[in-house]
Amino acid sequence: MNPDRRRFVEDALKACAAGCPLLLAVIRLPAAAAQGPAGESGYDATEHLYGMGIDIQKCIGCGRCVAACKAENDVPMDGHHFNTWVERYVIDENGDVTVDSPNGGFDGFPPPKTESQIRRSFFVPKLCNHCANPPCVQVCPVGATFSTPDGVVLVDDTYCIGCRYCIQACPYGARWFHPAKQVAAKCTLCYHRLVKGLVPACVEVCPTGARTFGEVEHRPTPLARFIRMNDVQVLKPHLNTKPKVYYANLDGEVR
Amino acid sequence: MKLPQQVVHLGAVFAVAVAALVVARTLLVPTTFGDLGHYRAAAIDSIAAHPKKYAGHQECALCHDDLAAKRAAGNHRGVACEVCHGPQQAHVDAPLDVKPPAPRDRGFCPLCHAYNPSRPTGFPQIDPVAHNPLTPCITCHDPHAPVPPAVPQECGACHGQIERQKALSHHANLPCVTCHQVPQQHKVTPRGVRPTKPEDRAFCGRCHAEGASGRAEAPRISLAEHNPRYLCWQCHYPHDPKTQ
Repeated sequence: MNPDRRRFVEDALKACAAGCPLLLAVIRLPAAAAQGPAGESGYDATEHLYGMGIDIQKCIGCGRCVAACKAENDVPMDGHHFNTWVERYVIDENGDVTVDSPNGGFDGFPPPKTESQIRRSFFVPKLCNHCANPPCVQVCPVGATFSTPDGVVLVDDTYCIGCRYCIQACPYGARWFHPAKQVAAKCTLCYHRLVKGLVPACVEVCPTGARTFGEVEHRPTPLARFIRMNDVQVLKPHLNTKPKVYYANLDGEVR
Repeated sequence: MKLPQQVVHLGAVFAVAVAALVVARTLLVPTTFGDLGHYRAAAIDSIAAHPKKYAGHQECALCHDDLAAKRAAGNHRGVACEVCHGPQQAHVDAPLDVKPPAPRDRGFCPLCHAYNPSRPTGFPQIDPVAHNPLTPCITCHDPHAPVPPAVPQECGACHGQIERQKALSHHANLPCVTCHQVPQQHKVTPRGVRPTKPEDRAFCGRCHAEGASGRAEAPRISLAEHNPRYLCWQCHYPHDPKTQ
């Protein structure tokens, strides 16, 4: 090789090696060891991994969870925006499935209108599944939605650009577009309550204990017991989203 | 070594580009972006600072310990206070200024207790149309420790039609023995020993005369002016007083 060219290549490589740390410092790659934000109350997010259990056999479809969620989280009081909602499944004698959710279950449910006999019927409360593998976070172009160290999927509504990709991406239909703020919105698992050591509002008001809240792994919490004592399933397991909302006594018809 | 001039120029262009990148990132990227991942870590704190509206039943029990103990021992032990009374953090913050509402009409309880075939079997349910219409639920049921009220099954076993009709009427809450005295022997020899019946207008007047004591919603009439020549039950059927 030409000695001049060799020297030039060597110098250029050295300059690169010297400049790299500077560039990295500027770009600030995420710290490998994620540390939870130490809240003022000494809350450490890395010590938790939250999930919810829902027992279909206990749900009476009163819709108090829907009303409580709307009040707690300032969700618009119309029939189109819900962090959590309740669906009613009615399966008639022919095996035909009817699913309805009048006003999300906010006002309770009138008796089902069916011509044929009901074979079985039940209520399914739904909410954001707080997936460990969230497709909504994957598609966000600006990093406005994210999983916290304690496993809650949140939206940074000062950073969201309102492109609605995440609403399209959610296979559970759990996200909605806030008409006033013009950003994506969703269930926060009442994160502001979790950091104070409280349970989400929907769990607090559930009169039959159909909703259970706690830690997913290795902790003696109500959810650990719920998962141990019931055959639990998740919604749409084939999508590999790894939801953290576990359903007990879930019917095969539920989508 | 002397660098060729075009390399120097290129270097200058690169330096300007890198400087522009540094300036743009400093100005545009929020300070905490990337601390925990590809997002603004400060967003977690701002979401966590959202004020709560539901205080939680533990807060209620701090002052209302009597009601909390009653609830914890009854059939509503799993029903948190704010299910019926609504979000009450404001009441916790200013107990004297904000008073919690209590649902006293018939519209609220059926949210859980109206019959619905989708509800789990065994959950206590009633038909709100047929079940003691117009009577507020709390007349018979204590919402803090509800139990099914004692039904006079003894009378209904034979007088089922009267019982069913009375259950739909304004007299639904009156036990049979309000108007009939039933000797024990009536159950053994029903035709031999009969229960008493009211005999005069004054009996109905104990509730329905002007100035009578008793429930305020019972309609009042003047016994002297209201068709004085007739007995009450010649026009009003006592088991369903709306019927004329």
